Amino acid sequence: MLKDVTLGQYFPGDTVVHRLDPRTKILMVILYIAALFNAKSWISYGVVLVFLAAAIAVSRIRLKAMLKGLKPVVFIVVLTSLLNLLYGRGEIIAQWWIFHITREGIKAAILMGARLVMLVMGTFMLTYTTSPIMLTYGLELLLNPLKKLKVPVHELAMMMSMALRLIPTLIEETDKIMSAQKARGAEFDTGNLIEKAKAMLPILVPLFLSSFRRADELATAMEARCYHGGEGRTRLNVLKMAARDHITLGVGLALLAGVIALAKLGL
Amino acid sequence: MDDTAIKIENLTFFYPSEEEGQAPEDVLSGVDLTVEKGSFTAILGHNGSGKSTLARHLNALLLPKGGSVTVFGMDTRDEELTLEIRRRVGMVFQNPDNQIVSNVVEEDVAFAPENLGIPTPEIRTRVDEALKTVGMYEFRTHAPHLLSGGQKQRIAIAGVLAMRPKCVVFDEPTAMLDPQGRRDVMRIIGRMKKELGTTVILITHHMEEAAMADRVVVMSDGQIAMDGAPGEVFTRVEELEALGLTVPDTVKLMWELRQKGVDVPLDTLDVEECAKALAEHFKKK
Repeated sequence: MLKDVTLGQYFPGDTVVHRLDPRTKILMVILYIAALFNAKSWISYGVVLVFLAAAIAVSRIRLKAMLKGLKPVVFIVVLTSLLNLLYGRGEIIAQWWIFHITREGIKAAILMGARLVMLVMGTFMLTYTTSPIMLTYGLELLLNPLKKLKVPVHELAMMMSMALRLIPTLIEETDKIMSAQKARGAEFDTGNLIEKAKAMLPILVPLFLSSFRRADELATAMEARCYHGGEGRTRLNVLKMAARDHITLGVGLALLAGVIALAKLGL
Repeated sequence: MDDTAIKIENLTFFYPSEEEGQAPEDVLSGVDLTVEKGSFTAILGHNGSGKSTLARHLNALLLPKGGSVTVFGMDTRDEELTLEIRRRVGMVFQNPDNQIVSNVVEEDVAFAPENLGIPTPEIRTRVDEALKTVGMYEFRTHAPHLLSGGQKQRIAIAGVLAMRPKCVVFDEPTAMLDPQGRRDVMRIIGRMKKELGTTVILITHHMEEAAMADRVVVMSDGQIAMDGAPGEVFTRVEELEALGLTVPDTVKLMWELRQKGVDVPLDTLDVEECAKALAEHFKKK
């Protein structure tokens, strides 16, 4: 059951999207979100949608994986759309009890739902095509200017990559502890919510203890391998912006500018 | 040219006591040990004998409370030299899961050279070389958590080799591995000594592993109890058993035969040698 946890899941591949510099991809997601929130009309939504579809097609991420990733947000999407549908203002088409459906309401419901779905899909494109390591490395480089403000950028990035590194190990450990508790008669799947929460306690305590021990050992091992902070560190894989990164960023800027222009023109 | 890799003189160490006012108990009390360059030393001892504490002094993870530890001519208490010491004396720990720092094998192996500020092309050379030495080159883009324990431990060894250390300390590297993983790791340790000329220090409680070394040091209660060639140390069966250690099965068999008045040699460390000695003995009869 725990094997299904997909935190920032990554699908390895060798497409242009995969090869893009992580910094480019992070910036693209920001530009894409900005464009999405500036889109007001059917046409501008269409433009953003075409862009997203193109990115998905080029990255060869299967649509099935995309849809699977949407599962956790289905509830929010449906709820938002429903609220927009039932409480819209304007020309009333149908009415029942306190609810009334308006022409504007229908439009808002569809666009709001689309916006959420596209938002999630767009950000998934980042984590689906970028390995967690590259992602943290890209973030570290993008945030580097903040070092001047005494923000511990390297330390934060290192903490993030350590956390990512330990997730699979801790999941494995949780599975082991659960099996051990089950073997001694513990039940995790029965009872009401409070009983279930109580049953988690014998899992969490050993998990916490072992995490601290693990962290301690890992720190010692890192020290033994000459880790002494970010100062003077070099990298096996150095990031370099290539022509394709500049072109992609150009496309991203054009997308945002286009959507804003469309909004200004009232289209 | 000085042939000494590590020189420990009258080393004393204790962990700060947990309760106020209580005198801390010495974990190491007066250890003297000299390790020659290019040698293979096994350090044996039961749990709590101080062998891991001793190991941690060799690369300045712990600093002496009394006495001194000199590594390739450098005193470990000199903080300026800590990095220089650690790049020369690598350390492989017991649990492979707790020493791998990255989600990609090659990135993990690159961790130490990255810390040392080695230029990128050189890191690539070192990583590839280290992975080939441990036979894990094909796995360089894999995720470590999907590999077996033995494979993970080999990655950890590669991560240390990428520093190009002169000496590597193994702190019970096979304790959590299956027999296959154990054999692989021991084969690599043997090769490092022979082919790379690395000084190897192996902390273990497996007699069979210690038998591969040139020299066996037995620790007990924070002191060195025995020190000598494996063939010599393992024949002192009663002493070893008094220290809570079991001798290799072959030695045990020969020893018991001798107790019964059969005249066989004691220093047969592997099965083949033992069988040969027995066959010869019966031929004589």
